[in-house]
Amino acid sequence: MSTYAKKQGFGATLWDFMTTVDHKKIAILYLISGGLFFILGGLEAMFIRIQLAVPDNNFMSAGVFNEMITMHGTTMIFLAAMPILLGIMNAVMPLQIGARDVAFPFLNSLGFWMFFFGGVMLNLSWFLGGAPDAGWTSYASLSIHSQGHGVDFYVLGLQISGFGTLIAGINFLVTIINMRTPGMTYMRMPMFTWTTFVVSALILFAFPPLTVGLTLMLFDRMFGANFFDAAAGGNTIIWEHLFWIFGHPEVYILILPAFGIFSEILATFSRKRLFGYSSMVFATVLIGFLGFMVWAHHMFTVGLGPIANAIFAVATMAIAVPTGIKIFNWIFTMWGGSVRFTVPMLYAVSFIPSFTMGGVTGIMLAAAPADYQYHDSYFVVAHFHYVIVGGVVLGILAGITYYWPKIFGTMLNETLGKFTFWLFLIGFHLTFFIQHFLGLWGMPRRVFTYLPGQGWDISNLVSTIGAMFMAVGVIILLINIIITSVKNVRVGNDPWGDGRTLEWAIPSPPPFYNFKQLPLARGLDAYWIEKMEGKKEMTPAEPLGDIHMPNGSIIPICITFGLFVASFGALYNMDADKPWTIPVIIIGLLITFGSMLIRSIKDDHGFHIHKEDLMDDKDKEVKA
Amino acid sequence: MHVEEKFTDATWPAAPETATLEGKNKYLGFWLFLGGETVLFASLFATYLALKDKVPDSGMLLAKDLYEIPLTFAMTMILLTSSLTSVYAMYHMKNNSFQKMQTWLLITVVLGFSFLALEVYEFNHYVHLGHTFTSSAYGSAFYTLVGFHGAHVTFGLMWFLSLMLRNAKRGLSLYNAPKFFVASLYWHFIDVVWVFIFTVVYLMGMVG
Repeated sequence: MSTYAKKQGFGATLWDFMTTVDHKKIAILYLISGGLFFILGGLEAMFIRIQLAVPDNNFMSAGVFNEMITMHGTTMIFLAAMPILLGIMNAVMPLQIGARDVAFPFLNSLGFWMFFFGGVMLNLSWFLGGAPDAGWTSYASLSIHSQGHGVDFYVLGLQISGFGTLIAGINFLVTIINMRTPGMTYMRMPMFTWTTFVVSALILFAFPPLTVGLTLMLFDRMFGANFFDAAAGGNTIIWEHLFWIFGHPEVYILILPAFGIFSEILATFSRKRLFGYSSMVFATVLIGFLGFMVWAHHMFTVGLGPIANAIFAVATMAIAVPTGIKIFNWIFTMWGGSVRFTVPMLYAVSFIPSFTMGGVTGIMLAAAPADYQYHDSYFVVAHFHYVIVGGVVLGILAGITYYWPKIFGTMLNETLGKFTFWLFLIGFHLTFFIQHFLGLWGMPRRVFTYLPGQGWDISNLVSTIGAMFMAVGVIILLINIIITSVKNVRVGNDPWGDGRTLEWAIPSPPPFYNFKQLPLARGLDAYWIEKMEGKKEMTPAEPLGDIHMPNGSIIPICITFGLFVASFGALYNMDADKPWTIPVIIIGLLITFGSMLIRSIKDDHGFHIHKEDLMDDKDKEVKA
Repeated sequence: MHVEEKFTDATWPAAPETATLEGKNKYLGFWLFLGGETVLFASLFATYLALKDKVPDSGMLLAKDLYEIPLTFAMTMILLTSSLTSVYAMYHMKNNSFQKMQTWLLITVVLGFSFLALEVYEFNHYVHLGHTFTSSAYGSAFYTLVGFHGAHVTFGLMWFLSLMLRNAKRGLSLYNAPKFFVASLYWHFIDVVWVFIFTVVYLMGMVG
């Protein structure tokens, strides 16, 4: 079977990953780079906590502290949480709907490389004159006056990686609408696929406002426009609106996939169908819709007036209703089930109270008059870390553990996993619970140090110790990953034993064409239905035939590289001593548009795997 | 259906743009992309309306002093007509008449270039009156909104031209039919955006 035999060696593997359009390999790329950025953002968090551990600390200067908080927030949101979730979606969603790949494999690769180069761009700022320092929200009144090029890196890095995310969103939407296997109706889709679907729609409509906001900022800082310059008639509030019209849906873009992961895990390890599936779907869609109606609750203190504040306050509180539906459905899923406390299940069970606490403080913050007290205090910091860490990060850790065997074909060690879980959970509550009170006691956010004797000393120290716990937990996870990969004990199709959905019906990791024959989905939890009837495999929905597959391509990297080059031109455009900036912009854009032109005029029909080659597949597996 | 299969007029499908799975995906994906583009232009419109006539000193020109409705009305008519000619092109694509499609696309492109030429003239005119990208927040917002549209027109023209040249010798297939179709969708979208620009920027600019 020489046709599809892969070349060996590091160079060949690297080239393979640079040109791959396979959703499973792109998922691995997302997970690795997202994981690296997660560690980077985690280190920044540790530095912040060390600086704040004791009063009057001089571990770092105020300027570096500003860079640190900006990069911690930006990295964690855009370069860690979202890519890791996109990685899990890429790995799992096409398998869950019984597809052979996503709708646009080429664009899938392009989306990844855009995110990657954007992230690299942003982090290069550390070495090229200083990181952005205007906070992850980069409010125009601050960022317009920020010295150096830090904010320029923020603008261009996020612009590039934002394109990547938008591309991924469109891709997932089309995949789910057009490429479901026979029998897989919308109301038979697994919950994780549903959340991917809604999240992709949110990405589609939330990222363009960010693109516009960043473009205006780019024009102001790099080409002399006046959008945010009040002296020339500009208005900085425009940035706040555009940023939060993106920014609020963004938090649902982060949390909904985590909801999906937990829904899968809770059903699997309770060995029960997800309670209230249709109300879960309804709640997901409703959260997605309401997520666009509430952005101004980040701007209560701007002075939009009592009517605007009241409307946005009520809309915000309304989101508690669908979220509450979900919380109760998860509890009822466990109720009466035969629950197995594996590591993913531990995360899922602990997520419910942790996230609910973040939700409760969310309702407190939604009360506009009270928000004038909480605004810009550590209470807000505690709130959003409870929803992001207690929701999204627990979801990511659970999802990584749960899907690890499907993605890599090996099983993470359960004992080490439990160490990570307990250290992380205890550390998380230790770090952030006390911060609610720090905020109520008057500690403002984004201060680089504080004076002793205000009643904040011990609480801050407790918070720092908690952060250490989380760091140790993550280190144990890394050790676990290394040990598991070195041991390399291969697992079968359904290593957890209770898989309910289609991805568990095929080998781990799946062959590059996923399904030899598209499976017939006969209901929700399609694989579970077959198992309950005593079958080992899915019933095929088509006879064995040729499979059409896409070719790999290096062009996505070329397109992205052009934007990367052009960004450096734009970055230094306002510096009087650098005449080369305009040529660099032109060269970069020529690379990008030239690559796009090549992609457009060069026919790429993909290739076919022949029926005969699929038939002897079983023999090959035995030999390998 | 294989993408490179040769068709006669009788076997050519009624909707060649969605006859293959790739075509279906492109068609849907592009509609979704246009949804995102709508939000993009909505954000730009909102910014423009917030910054309209916001200038640093009272001596500077405002919307009602600048805009010339006859010129922009001519631009509107040209672009609307080009949308109609691209519809004719797609009509001929569905009937497997490749040469007629190319002809109508060429007319579309010529109209698009005339629109662009008038826009360049218009911008040049304003710059000479002192209304520039950097002169005021109003100037920045105006050139960003209208310029984004102009850049879209330019991209659309390049897209049509490269498709026409690339396929000039080989005619229609199920591989390139969806490509022509989404390019024409893009062209319609640009046209719709311009209708809003004409209304919100130019007509509303005249009444204050």
